[in-house]
Amino acid sequence: MFTALLVMSAIAIALGTVLGFSAIKFKVEGNPLIDQVDAVLPQTQCGQCGFPGCRPYATAIAEGQADINLCPPGGEDGIRKLAELLGKEFKPFGEGAQPKPKSVALIDENTCIGCTLCLQACPVDAICGAAKQMHTIIAAECTGCELCLAPCPVDCISMIPIQTNTQTWKWEYPVFPIAAQ
Amino acid sequence: MRTLFKFHGGVHPPTNKTQSTRTPIAQAAIPSKLVVALHQHVGNIAKPIVEVGQRVLKGQMIGRPDGRVSSAVHAPTSGIVTAIDMQLIAHASGLPDLCITIEPDGKDEWIARETRDFRTVSHTDLRHLLRDAGVVGLGGAVFPSDLKLYAKQKLKTLVINGAECEPYITCDDMLMRERPADILKGISILRELLHAETVAIGIEDNKPEAVESMRKAVQDGGYEGVDVAAVPTVYPGGGAKQLIRVLTGVEVPAGVRSTDLGVQCFNVATAYSAWRAVELGEPLISRIVTITGNVERPQNFETLIGTPVNELVAQAGLLPDTNGYIMGGPMMGLHLPSDKVGITKAANCIIVSSEKIFPPAPPALPCIRCTRCADACPAELQPQDLYWFARSKNFGKAQEFHLFDCIECGACGYVCPSHIPLVQYFRYSKSEIWMRERESQAATAARERHEFQQYRIEREKQEKAERLAQKEREAAAAKAAAAMTATPVATEATGDDTLQIRINAAVERAKEQAAQSASTATEPPKE
Repeated sequence: MFTALLVMSAIAIALGTVLGFSAIKFKVEGNPLIDQVDAVLPQTQCGQCGFPGCRPYATAIAEGQADINLCPPGGEDGIRKLAELLGKEFKPFGEGAQPKPKSVALIDENTCIGCTLCLQACPVDAICGAAKQMHTIIAAECTGCELCLAPCPVDCISMIPIQTNTQTWKWEYPVFPIAAQ
Repeated sequence: MRTLFKFHGGVHPPTNKTQSTRTPIAQAAIPSKLVVALHQHVGNIAKPIVEVGQRVLKGQMIGRPDGRVSSAVHAPTSGIVTAIDMQLIAHASGLPDLCITIEPDGKDEWIARETRDFRTVSHTDLRHLLRDAGVVGLGGAVFPSDLKLYAKQKLKTLVINGAECEPYITCDDMLMRERPADILKGISILRELLHAETVAIGIEDNKPEAVESMRKAVQDGGYEGVDVAAVPTVYPGGGAKQLIRVLTGVEVPAGVRSTDLGVQCFNVATAYSAWRAVELGEPLISRIVTITGNVERPQNFETLIGTPVNELVAQAGLLPDTNGYIMGGPMMGLHLPSDKVGITKAANCIIVSSEKIFPPAPPALPCIRCTRCADACPAELQPQDLYWFARSKNFGKAQEFHLFDCIECGACGYVCPSHIPLVQYFRYSKSEIWMRERESQAATAARERHEFQQYRIEREKQEKAERLAQKEREAAAAKAAAAMTATPVATEATGDDTLQIRINAAVERAKEQAAQSASTATEPPKE
């Protein structure tokens, strides 16, 4: 009986050491779910979800503190992907949070006074300019987050919806009549 | 005699080629205006290098290649540039793209052309010549030819594609009948650039005249190792992968370049225009276009690039019950958005359609999974499964089933007893997948930029704090230094004396100041 106790405790200590060691050695830094959620989000960094960027929103979702239907730029497809990833039910957008067509910002260069306020608001450094110099948007990098609109003191920034051209055009889902029986 | 191989599947649609081969190639008249698209090749759109109002000469470059994968565009005749703007082009989207409109002056005045022997030109210069002459694949894919002419090792077989498997199209047939010697000169250039051991020219056996003419030209020219093979007529036997398979037995796997397997494929018309570009110094400004279908005199025309379709078709005699225009063949061609679009380098054929020639497709019925499409598929895919995945937008699964190996030949839809437009589904899936890829790339870029911005802000804060700390440290050091210099003065002088002297001096100064201020205050102003 004493031997049995000794053997059992020896095994317990050995396994405990292994577990304890691997907990330190193979520790996963941060929450991997955050990365997965972040990968689904569109990275516009617009803050329409109420969080200061996509990563904070991803963190909040991963920790269960935010709903999955707060990201209009991600569209309904984004909600579906999040629902699938998290094993939740699809949830439509709330009132006033409908997705808008994809756009880029445009600075009216005649009105711009070069105040640099939009420069500081842009989350992806997509505005080029300097103090008392005219600013301009680098359209290829603009995520259409609209964060530059509010700080502009002369309201010279407008959002231009992106037009499809022959390079970005895609084939439509085929729709054709099916023969009636 | 070359041993021929077979590829999987294929169909036998009615060829309808004899209508347009009765008369020789005609020279199309110079139209009233030319609408030259700047994007008529695979890759980046050419950059316009002319201005509105400028006079251009025939063969003058008007669009410069932009980046590595791009090609040049030239003025097809001399005239005045009247517009550089967005106009409808021959594209499945029906969207406008950047075009240069030229009003011909009728003089057809050439730029200075330099004739040369290709053997005297270095390989690098030859590739540059082809790029600057805007030579692209004229079989329909319009891929810049110079990019296909790099060989890491010696090429075993250079395959020349004269199969022309699509119904109605006869431009390559007529070119081979009428200008075989020039095609062979072009082939020599391509062969030289690729160090190809042998050349195999594949022509479908429904074109005996072309086979005969090419064979004769090979014999007359005394070409060594050039083999003209009559391949069986089966659609899509003119697909690059299919023809390579038939002529060499090599199966090119997905994602592998055929040059890595010792084979490369060019269209006969491409070889012809390569010869014109190199030896005659004439850039690609015209091509042979088959006009057929609902016209009085179906025929091939040597057409200037940019000729509006309606002006070209009128020369073949348009019949009244026309209801549209198809560019390319009936299997893979696209419906033109307007009859005013300009001919592009990809336009091998314009089929004028009418209800009689192309009756409306019968309504589609549900898929019965008969797998006839799988039997017909030349890429050995399972179109019935791909259709299912595309319909349910299950794109991951579609890619697993090798959607991107589909060459969109339309053989599956042709045999489908339920008349399902299968290729439309595959095109939809492909473009949807490409779009998602673009979006995810954009998202990754935005994430990286955002993270860098945050890092930058953090770094700036730290630098500011450091600068502040540095200033404080400097101030403290200066104070300490001042104290250090002050004390030795004190110790050097004789202790209390100096201090007393300084105090006295200060008191003296204060008194003086007080007296002065008192005097100014008491003395009345003299007036």
